[in-house]
Amino acid sequence: MGSRRDFIKTTLGGAASLAAIGRLPIDATAQTPSAPAADAAALDLAMEALDASRAAGASYADVRIGRYRTQTITARERQVSGVSDNESYGIGIRTLVDGCWGFAATSAMTRPAVQAAAREAAALSRAARTVFKRRVELAPVTPVTGTWMTPVRRDPFDISIEEKIALLLAANEAALKVKGVRFVTSGVSQRREIKTLVTSEGTNVTQTLIKVGPSFTATAVGDRDFQSYEEELAPRGDGWEYVDSLDLPGNAERWASLAAEKLVAKPVEAGQWDLILEPTNLWLTLHESIGHPTELDRAVGQEANFAGTSFIAPPEKMIGQLRYGPDFMNVQADRTQEGSLSRVAWDDEGVPADQWLIVERGLFKDYQTTREQAAWIAGLTGVKRSHGCSFAESWNAVQFQRMPNISLLPGGRDIGVDDIVADTTRGILVRHSGSWSIDHQRYNFQFSGQAFYEIRNGRIAGMLRDVAYQSNTPVFWNSMNLMGGQRSYWLGGAFDDGKGEPPQSNSVSHGCVPARFRNVTILNTGRTA
Amino acid sequence: MSAQAAGSDAPSGLLAREEAKALADRVLRLSAADQTRVYITSEWHGNTRFADAGITTSGGTSDTEVTVTATVGRRRASATTNVLDEEALTRTVDLAGRLARLSPEDPELMPELGPQTYTAVEAFIRRTEQLDGDARAAAVGRVVEAAVETGKPAGSIFVAGYLEARARTIAVATSAGLFAYHRTTDAELSVTARTPDGTGSGWASAGSRDWGAVDAAALGRVAAQKAVASRQPQPLAPGEYTAVLEPQAVNDLVPLLAGALSARAADEGRSAFSRAGGGTRVGERVVDERVTLYSDPADRSLRGAPFDSEGVPITRTAWIEKGVLRHLSYTRFWAQKQGRQPTGAPLLGGLTLAGGTGSTEELIAGCARGVLVTHFFYIRSLDPRTVLQTGLTRDGVFLIEKGKIVRPLKNFRWNESPLLMLNRLEEIGRPEPTAAGRMMPALRIRGFNFTSLSDAV
Repeated sequence: MGSRRDFIKTTLGGAASLAAIGRLPIDATAQTPSAPAADAAALDLAMEALDASRAAGASYADVRIGRYRTQTITARERQVSGVSDNESYGIGIRTLVDGCWGFAATSAMTRPAVQAAAREAAALSRAARTVFKRRVELAPVTPVTGTWMTPVRRDPFDISIEEKIALLLAANEAALKVKGVRFVTSGVSQRREIKTLVTSEGTNVTQTLIKVGPSFTATAVGDRDFQSYEEELAPRGDGWEYVDSLDLPGNAERWASLAAEKLVAKPVEAGQWDLILEPTNLWLTLHESIGHPTELDRAVGQEANFAGTSFIAPPEKMIGQLRYGPDFMNVQADRTQEGSLSRVAWDDEGVPADQWLIVERGLFKDYQTTREQAAWIAGLTGVKRSHGCSFAESWNAVQFQRMPNISLLPGGRDIGVDDIVADTTRGILVRHSGSWSIDHQRYNFQFSGQAFYEIRNGRIAGMLRDVAYQSNTPVFWNSMNLMGGQRSYWLGGAFDDGKGEPPQSNSVSHGCVPARFRNVTILNTGRTA
Repeated sequence: MSAQAAGSDAPSGLLAREEAKALADRVLRLSAADQTRVYITSEWHGNTRFADAGITTSGGTSDTEVTVTATVGRRRASATTNVLDEEALTRTVDLAGRLARLSPEDPELMPELGPQTYTAVEAFIRRTEQLDGDARAAAVGRVVEAAVETGKPAGSIFVAGYLEARARTIAVATSAGLFAYHRTTDAELSVTARTPDGTGSGWASAGSRDWGAVDAAALGRVAAQKAVASRQPQPLAPGEYTAVLEPQAVNDLVPLLAGALSARAADEGRSAFSRAGGGTRVGERVVDERVTLYSDPADRSLRGAPFDSEGVPITRTAWIEKGVLRHLSYTRFWAQKQGRQPTGAPLLGGLTLAGGTGSTEELIAGCARGVLVTHFFYIRSLDPRTVLQTGLTRDGVFLIEKGKIVRPLKNFRWNESPLLMLNRLEEIGRPEPTAAGRMMPALRIRGFNFTSLSDAV
């Protein structure tokens, strides 16, 4: 873990106060001077789309032009198993007619095609009026002009393919040195989104977002069994320097040895255990059990048909009243955090990036909102602005409420996982994320991990296998009785969090500290009949 | 008959066969690589979401994408673009070639395919492609009206759902002379109804290549009936119970077996179908002897894809026949290495689970005591050695006693394997359409492993 922890220290820059974690100063007029601006021809098409939307009866319209590039390289054992490069470019137009949304998108970047798409969006708005209940009202936002770019030292698209392949093959070679390890896959994905948003209210912004996501999995095969181990290599909104900092070739042998070790680990004894979750595991539990239930569209039922609703509903009975966890628990939403996946300067409605508390001293405080949603709870929270959670995965998808980075803030005592282990008589330590599943109101969940250790009398007593923990969200967070401090903070994340119909993918980071939970149900998943 | 002959003029917005061929030829001419493959998709997608009995978003998109796969010697790489001007196509072809030259030699590389013969599949239904915003809004109106009317005993019912239509043309061309073209449509409508007291929830869904096969009002009625009937659910202590899984629940679980059907993983000892000590379990009885699982693009109830993205023909394959594992899925490389025919991925040709004739109602009537499940949610793999999964029940769970539904139950989390479960089969129903390209029956399973209660409604 050495390299990862070092990296966190670098990321946090030794910040002492919670509010200082990765805070990005926002200037609404001039952002990153060096960030690319929209090209003139594209901007002309965007203006054409706005005009056509207005002419078709839209009272409000926004236009996004996006150029998305994704490159993925994967290697299996001693060979490259895939090199692919994907470019997608097009325009998406959203209209409001009589308070109803319509959206149309096309990859045909010509004036007639763009005008036709604008007219189609307005026609879909009008079609929606026939089955209509609530008129859309948008929270105010000050129109803004500017450009912004993820700060990177080495743009991943500037790194040669040879260098990337060499890195992966070196990692695989190191892993194959481990006895029993027969299969190794490693990979690296990188994404660049260049998107321009113009709105009928006068916003005109262009952002370039860069993300990288490495991966590594080793599989060991025994006489009658196989076990895999996936290292937790969090994707980040960062440059190639982040991939370098992980030192895949230098760490792969140690990671792979854990797959072999799992073959001979002791099956876990099912029952109630104290559970210590490393931040490399807890980030996903937080994502599922705090991130998703605090989405306001879920709470009011808009996601009822697929992703589900939320136990944090109705808002008027929950805000400031629901006890999420102990009073030392604070959870922060933040679209400004350095290195995070959902960091932006403005969201997909032109709302400046925000930072706010979801849970304060254990009490539920606020939801995630877009411009349409802000007014629904403004009377309860006193917050009139949107929290800036609007996002679309591509030019061809309509923007809607998506999760910002949501993080468990460090505790006041600056302790690490070793201190928590030392303080525990009988427990299980879980490292890295494994299988995950949670119900459609976000109560009952079951999570696994990659490596599990039995703790006896303050020490790690050996490796366990086939471990899953199962609990209920409010019970679980209220059973938290010890958490790590600033020095044990780590930023995990997911490249592809799904939501919506049709499903859209969102990238989001979650900062965490290690934490201990009292008397959690542990299952043995090694079922054979 | 070849697939090429199956398509006539494609509708506006999608590439017709001749247009796809012309685009593929353009790309092939630009390539200086030793071998080149072009994969083209051209798609229109219309969707309408609704919640709280009103439309929340409605969208339409169209896009055409070209993936170029270049091979230089034994080196291969791909690049994709949706910008179709000469400059972008040239850039993409060059990028694929450059990436290929930079890649190490691939010892598993297979030469691009030449002309193939494909099964004829007519999967393009005009009325699905014509499901525009107005038609979708009208259908949503029918769903909402039926659900609200049916839900009246519970008060003002909350209705949410999603309707989408897709039309797509696919083409594969290679420098070795292959050209394949296929077009298909899909429509899907799902609806959730929730009672105002927050204790009842119901769901129904249907999908087909043919929008005409989807009865919008009926789905609204079923969802609302389930919502009303599932109010005030009571807990049943977690444990192993006989379960009647409705076809949609089976559709959530059984296709997960496809992931275990990889011949390579089985040969390499990494699959539930690996034999202990080496080799695979092909020829062994792996599930109840009444069970047959097959893919067949030509089956009119499936209308699957006749080829994959490499142009490999997909034909009827019985993966499991009368309980015996008959076939595993082979990539081209692994097929050549093992002296087999490549199959394409198991789900491309559609998937049918067959073996019985009864309806869901008959399976319920034959159940002394058990749990009826509408569908599942958030399924995740726990252990590939047994295809063990975890997940939750959702939108209507009921206790069955003496062949009758007696009361609603709270939702469960379960840990169960579709493979192990099919060895504990009490009864299998007749295959019913659950989604485009899927035919799944109701099942009655002994000892389904419900592990904990969920408070979610």
